[in-house]
Amino acid sequence: MDNILNEALAEGAIALQHPASSWQECFEVTGELLVKSNRAKPEYARAMIAVYQELGPYMVIAPGVALAHAKPGDWVISPGLSLLTLSSGVSFGIERFDPVKIVFGLTAIEHDDHITLLAALSEFLLDEAKLNSLLALDDVGSVRALFS
Amino acid sequence: MKIIAVCGMGIGTSVLLKMNTEKVLTLLGVTAEVQAADITTAKREAHVADIIMTTPELVFQLENMPGKIVAIDHVFDLVEIREKLSGALGELGKL
Repeated sequence: MDNILNEALAEGAIALQHPASSWQECFEVTGELLVKSNRAKPEYARAMIAVYQELGPYMVIAPGVALAHAKPGDWVISPGLSLLTLSSGVSFGIERFDPVKIVFGLTAIEHDDHITLLAALSEFLLDEAKLNSLLALDDVGSVRALFS
Repeated sequence: MKIIAVCGMGIGTSVLLKMNTEKVLTLLGVTAEVQAADITTAKREAHVADIIMTTPELVFQLENMPGKIVAIDHVFDLVEIREKLSGALGELGKL
């Protein structure tokens, strides 16, 4: 179960304690991480921002946690995740879950090719102790250890 | 019975909502088919759904659908999902 997250987070997919000042910047960096880890093309970040602009902050799925993504399409190279943690919380305009401190970027090719990944992610997000540990970490090795 | 879980793109929130709705249905002992969908697909197909599960931000997109809309604030909160879903199932006489 646990290796699913580490496999989904390819090399280059994690950035920690980033000092972002806006939700736009969070999407841009999350998108860059997906590009660096060879999951998505550069236009994916703009697509994620467009989703937010059209549909609002529903992608913030838990207190302090956003799951950024756009539609499956040519801008996706392979299904996977990126992870951005923020040095201080950023408002996404969603009262019940702000401020956001953790942003996962998600890519999918089919609507159901990433179900096991989301099940693993959901198990992780329900573990409050692990979430709190993640917020304090500043090196990728420790994050990978937390996920394994 | 058919339940559709809807989010903007049909790959993130709706899939989480589908997984947790299925858990709650098992707890309630109710059998239903749960499908995750993006808004566009939902608008096309949701007329066959008895219940439409979504998040509060997206309710306005789905308001003219015939199915009963259940808005879930927190897709990981099984207690909230159980409460709201059993309310909707009760109103539909399915519980």
